[in-house]
Amino acid sequence: MSWTKKVLRINLTEGTCTEEPLNMEWVQQYLGQRGLGTKYLSEEVPPQTDPLSPENKMYMITGPLTGTMASTAGRYSVITKSPLTGAVACSNSGGFFGNEMKCAGWDMVILEGKSASPVYISINDENAEILPADEIWGKSVWEADEWLHAKHQDPQLRVAAIGVPGEKGVLYSAIINDLHRAAGRSGVGTVMGSKNVKAVVLRGSKGVHVNDPKAFFEATNAAKAVLAGNPVTAEGLPALGTQVLMNVINEMGAMPTNNWKESVFEGASKVSGEAMLEPRESDGKPNLTRNGGCFACTIACGRISTIDPQHFTVKNREDLHKSYHGNSGGLEYEAAWALGCDTGIDDIDALTYANFICNEQGLDPISLGSTIAAAMEMYEEGFLTKEDTGGIELNFGNVEAMVKCTELVAAAEGFGLELGEGSARFCEKYGHPELSMSVRSQEFPAYDPRGIQGMGLGFATSNRGACHLRGYTVASEVLGVPIKTDPLVTEGKAELQIGFQDATAAFDSAGICIFTSFAWTLEDVAPQLDADSEGEWTTERLAEIGERVWNLERIYNEAAGQGASADKLPPRLLNEAVKGGPAAGKVSGLATMLPEYYTARGWSADGVVTDETRARLGL
Amino acid sequence: MQMSLVIDANKCTGCLQCEMACSYEAEGVFNPTKSRIKIFSFHEEGVFVPYTCTQCDEAWCLHACPVDAIQLNKTTGAKEIVNDLCVGCKVCTIACPFGTVNYNADSGKVIKCDLCGGDPECAKACPTSAITYQDANWTGYDKMKDYAAKAIPAK
Repeated sequence: MSWTKKVLRINLTEGTCTEEPLNMEWVQQYLGQRGLGTKYLSEEVPPQTDPLSPENKMYMITGPLTGTMASTAGRYSVITKSPLTGAVACSNSGGFFGNEMKCAGWDMVILEGKSASPVYISINDENAEILPADEIWGKSVWEADEWLHAKHQDPQLRVAAIGVPGEKGVLYSAIINDLHRAAGRSGVGTVMGSKNVKAVVLRGSKGVHVNDPKAFFEATNAAKAVLAGNPVTAEGLPALGTQVLMNVINEMGAMPTNNWKESVFEGASKVSGEAMLEPRESDGKPNLTRNGGCFACTIACGRISTIDPQHFTVKNREDLHKSYHGNSGGLEYEAAWALGCDTGIDDIDALTYANFICNEQGLDPISLGSTIAAAMEMYEEGFLTKEDTGGIELNFGNVEAMVKCTELVAAAEGFGLELGEGSARFCEKYGHPELSMSVRSQEFPAYDPRGIQGMGLGFATSNRGACHLRGYTVASEVLGVPIKTDPLVTEGKAELQIGFQDATAAFDSAGICIFTSFAWTLEDVAPQLDADSEGEWTTERLAEIGERVWNLERIYNEAAGQGASADKLPPRLLNEAVKGGPAAGKVSGLATMLPEYYTARGWSADGVVTDETRARLGL
Repeated sequence: MQMSLVIDANKCTGCLQCEMACSYEAEGVFNPTKSRIKIFSFHEEGVFVPYTCTQCDEAWCLHACPVDAIQLNKTTGAKEIVNDLCVGCKVCTIACPFGTVNYNADSGKVIKCDLCGGDPECAKACPTSAITYQDANWTGYDKMKDYAAKAIPAK
């Protein structure tokens, strides 16, 4: 019952909205959300498809738990072929959009083709319409959100939209729902923009049913108690958000700094979760107003923040949207790192301002910050001149330069358009591709794999390009979840990474947040799904689905030219040893781990999914 | 002992667990649009506020109803809708100064908080104790105690 079993297919070329049944045979194999969306993509979009052509499709899809009372059950994913990586893109978002889609009676909304002019999609229960968006094309997400709420006269309308960068082809544009939650990575917003779609708005009043309510409440209450009893999900995340990691990772010498030239950032404590709680001089308020939860979330890690009203970015800036003078989604660890540590900037208000721009205009702060950091190194090395940057002195630690670059990317103007192509294309263009800290052209997150070895293997093999959310061995190597492993050794990391990758794929297919996995294993998820959904859902079956999803993504990527040949790390991480801190002298042991990984995956020695593995997983 | 719902907006994270618990108890479905309690999110201000019926003693809704479809539950103090009597005239929705009685177009009746017969699901579902169910005579007790504690000399 937890699937509505209905799909809304929107063909923008034809201007049609069609209902069709969800493929329940595929549900048995791929569960929902990430797995099921990827199955649809692999069946409908040939791997060679140009990501920005009308032939690409976009799948906004919920999981079976989405919209229920299970903790964190508000998630949806956007699956498409990525214009940044050329591989499968799968960006997961919280907020209140996924549950609303389910409440309106849809498991998935598919966007295909391309509209001749700017449009938005309005979905009110079973009624779907394609409506003109000329008045909001060229506007920010926040402006579009206000216009849409006013137009529909509905304060409870849920909006997912793109900003100007998504319209103009910035390759790491995000889709923002509920003003500051993002399907953030791999340029899913760019694909939406390429179809001339500004927004999808939803209103659902049908509600969500579960299969066995009594068992469901027993299972979800037990699982909520596990979250409430775990120090990470009950204390660390609500109090400090993901920023709980800033000082921890810096102290272990795995904090990428100045485009990964260094692994310890002196200013880390100034941009940490703890710093966000310190009252500032100007108005006595801390950066953090409070924590906030996404739909159904009993963790509530979200940051809600303000910028110092005396800071140069907002002082006397009446041109800015009012939220810059009030609250919006604040700094998460990845954004604080990419915009801050990686660019050598320890000004928490400048980082919050840049983060607000990412919210308002729909940008991935990881790719944005990392691309600026790469450009800074190019500038300092003389590979990039002041003429190239349009007069910006792009040195590490230059706050005004980081702010200016962010504004230019958000406006998709001038030098911003070049930065908007991401670090891989940017560094290639200026003759130094080795300075892009990326895999499959997607920028790294905030963990130096020379100091956390398992993450190097994870980045290299991540199906959506470098990412921390595909196989977060940091949990084990740093936090000791579920068991503590030594971050400096490669031994055992292939199996560890595979375990995390497969379990994560199952979590991501269920409709819940991966942050629950600090406290939950698949054993906590299975009884919730089993009570929620038709069929038998055991831990073993979920583990198998996770492995199947991972292999399906890999097979798609192989055919798209993003298979084993892209399982690489930049030379800096393989050849340049960490200079100081606990990981001093270390390089990434990828060469040791990768063959072990291929073997443990049941792939060939050159990293291809074998016929045997395909047969075992029914692929 | 009569009990009251007590709301502390400072503790609310806006997760809507209460809305789902309420809609499930009342309608048998997870559906925030059918919830008798609502969470209001003020983005610029960074505030979440839960809001529902306070069960007024001299209840405007009850007095306004022309068919006596809103009745006092003497055990819980709740003003409850009698669905068999309600004609969907919506006068109570106008009479309530707080907007906490609302019309449900699907059923043609009005809906409001009935304290779940004395065991409110919203309070049980709230993960941060922003919604609690307390002795109606002492809903200010904790707040008083917090202020009283300010008299303790600093060590």
